[in-house]
Amino acid sequence: MSTTNATTPGPAAAPLRWLMRNPIWGFVLIIFVFFSLATDHFFDIRNFQNIMVQTSTIGLIALGMTLVMINGNIDLSVGATLALAAAFAVDVQSWAMFATWGNWQIFPAVCAALLVGIALGALNGFIVWKTGVDAFIVTLGAMLGIRGLVFVYTGESSFYAMNFAYSDFSALSIGPLPVLALIFLACTLAVHLLLSRTVHGRNAYAVGGNREAAINAGIRVGPHMMVNFMIIGFLAALSGVLLSTQMGAATPNLGRDYELWVITAVVLGGTKLTGGKGDIIGTFGGVLAIGILRNGMNLMQVPAFYVYVILGSILIAVLFLDKQFNRRTQGGLRL
Amino acid sequence: MTETTTQPALRLQDIVKTFPGVRALDGVSFEVMPGEVHALLGENGAGKSTLMKVLAGMYQPDEGLIFIGGGQVRVANPMEAKAQGIVLIHQELSLAPEMSAAENIYLGELPCKSFGRVDWKALYARSNAILERLRCRFRADALVADLSIANQQMVEIARALTVDARVVIFDEPTASLTDAEKVVLFDIITDLKAQGVGIVYISHRMDEIFTLSDRITVLRDGAYRGTLTTAETDEDAVTRLMIGRSLDLSQRVAAGEVGEVVLEARGLSCAPLYEDVSFQVRAGEVVGFYGLVGAGRTEIAETLFGLRTPNAGTILIDGKEVTIGSPQDAIRLGISLVPENRKEQGLVLGMNCRDNMTLPQVGDLTTGPFVSGGAEVSIFDQYRDRLAIKTPSWRQPVGFLSGGNQQKIVIGKWLSMQPRVLIVDEPTRGIDVGSKSEIHNLIRQLAGQGYAVIVISSEMPEVLHVADRIVAMYHGRVMRSFNAGEVTEDSLVQAISGIGNGKAA
Repeated sequence: MSTTNATTPGPAAAPLRWLMRNPIWGFVLIIFVFFSLATDHFFDIRNFQNIMVQTSTIGLIALGMTLVMINGNIDLSVGATLALAAAFAVDVQSWAMFATWGNWQIFPAVCAALLVGIALGALNGFIVWKTGVDAFIVTLGAMLGIRGLVFVYTGESSFYAMNFAYSDFSALSIGPLPVLALIFLACTLAVHLLLSRTVHGRNAYAVGGNREAAINAGIRVGPHMMVNFMIIGFLAALSGVLLSTQMGAATPNLGRDYELWVITAVVLGGTKLTGGKGDIIGTFGGVLAIGILRNGMNLMQVPAFYVYVILGSILIAVLFLDKQFNRRTQGGLRL
Repeated sequence: MTETTTQPALRLQDIVKTFPGVRALDGVSFEVMPGEVHALLGENGAGKSTLMKVLAGMYQPDEGLIFIGGGQVRVANPMEAKAQGIVLIHQELSLAPEMSAAENIYLGELPCKSFGRVDWKALYARSNAILERLRCRFRADALVADLSIANQQMVEIARALTVDARVVIFDEPTASLTDAEKVVLFDIITDLKAQGVGIVYISHRMDEIFTLSDRITVLRDGAYRGTLTTAETDEDAVTRLMIGRSLDLSQRVAAGEVGEVVLEARGLSCAPLYEDVSFQVRAGEVVGFYGLVGAGRTEIAETLFGLRTPNAGTILIDGKEVTIGSPQDAIRLGISLVPENRKEQGLVLGMNCRDNMTLPQVGDLTTGPFVSGGAEVSIFDQYRDRLAIKTPSWRQPVGFLSGGNQQKIVIGKWLSMQPRVLIVDEPTRGIDVGSKSEIHNLIRQLAGQGYAVIVISSEMPEVLHVADRIVAMYHGRVMRSFNAGEVTEDSLVQAISGIGNGKAA
């Protein structure tokens, strides 16, 4: 990128413009300052580590959801996929055939869990591609169906991890960074590069922005969407594995309502439900906003129900402001 | 104007309507007498639809007056137009498919009993009475989705008859009707006429206009060109008025050497859209496909680009038979399509100019796993200069560009792929007059550079201006093909209207 012949705005205006385009980061900043002043325990490195670990589960799935939603699709089955993957991860390591593997028994278990996630995502994507049924309906069906499979598989009870190395994993840190947070940050960077720098990412915007134009440009839209469903399946499964390490167990109700939290985070981050618009920087902000709000209100001892009320109101308020703002800037655009 | 004792049912005086960049109606006057069928003629883009939308209250004119039955009125919205007795029967049907015919006929005005309950008995009785008057064979309780297109159109007409109409406007009513159904429609129009209703009849088909109408008004480029009494005129006179300007072909950019045949179609069919279409396109020439909307031209382009599967015939590239099963195949074979509808089919409006232009080839512009922005910018710069695209920066979303510049982005997108065949469907639709000739010259230049170019157009000046050869189509068939030097406007109009179809190409 050696040539830039576009006019660049003045240096003082740049951060402000950036905030205008990513209003969620302004919101993150405000609540960060607010909770730092309002509570004693918020501004603390250990609390920050907490927030990062707490948000990593929803955050990982939100990365995949951003891709899927930029395509103009949605995936409601992520919570159920997470639960099934977690069940596999905890169960497979205790299979008799791996009994002599020592700590290595975790390896096939995690692989199995991730493969389950990828396979379920592929199935979702394949059905959307081949039948043309709306992704909302396909993944709504998958959400119910997969959750049913979780209960069949676990027999309505929880699996407990017998290998303590598995549950200890979540407590590991590298320097000040907990491993779980590190995995989330690494995935964030990877998906950000995928979306902003690669052909696949470019095609994602084209497919969501104007599917017909994408077809006319020779983009194979069906396979493209399927890949994104596989990515979100993988990330949901990874999230399930990490969550089960935190709990040392997999419960059949794991990941309930996660699809709603994830969609909230992604939409807060500026991704459009209709597709064609959004980025990982925004999604990361949306994830942090939810994490900080839940953590901060918890520290202020606000009862959990109020957290829902406030988050719901904020979601609608932010989108309303975004709509007002965008209507003004796109005044000349006749779509 | 003919002075009569009766007042016109409807009179428009000096209507002006402008849209950003386009003067769609430029001082148009028009009147319909009670019991008269007044045909409105003009090429696509001449302003017929805009005029009708002004009448029906969908658009507000910038200047000019509307009189109904002698009194001046303002038609602020479609409901008011209906209350004044002006009914527009749309070319595109606007029915609710999952409701019954009766519910559609009385949509918004369902007869009511107490507590807002629908009076189904009255509804069906009234609807059936109207349908009988229209000689329809289906009952009012039939689901609209189950009806044929022609019968759906009858429902639309029935809707018009629920009000005490003074003026009924038919916008291309026969486009989707069979001959038998047309006869019924013409009977209905004759009935309405006998009842003293003023009829505005918009159509491209000369034969219909001459059987039905009393007078003919011609629009061109948004301006009034004259009114003729049908009994005293003939097709030639109307055609002349429609085309108007004498074409100045001396200004057109000379093409280069015409080379070998690049693309050939033999007996290509995609029934019922088009059948048995054969043509050749040589390197360095522009072949124009001219015909009415629905003549099957766009569908041929879509077949060549792999978006439709033909059910008979062959396509040859450089004399070798090829199968084009997808746009990917077409692109590989060097065929590119600038679609009819650039906003819906050609561009991702929210995406910036550069990304739109490199969309089909971005996979070849990578270094390692990442797209090389620099390579993209250099391609964009190259085609921005070559096509004189006006944009402040490549970062500008294409939605903000003018129609002409948007079209150039689409053309640049395909030129940067180094195609051999360039198909341009309606190259100047929705583009202002100034940019039109620029696009025309560009197409001529491209042919001069050795591309084989197909231009599909519904505008006669356009095909006459850009094409070396013209293929005239009517109802999915090639009627004739002309060389640019020997074509006359009359023969073209006749070929695409289905008149004198004895002469095969």
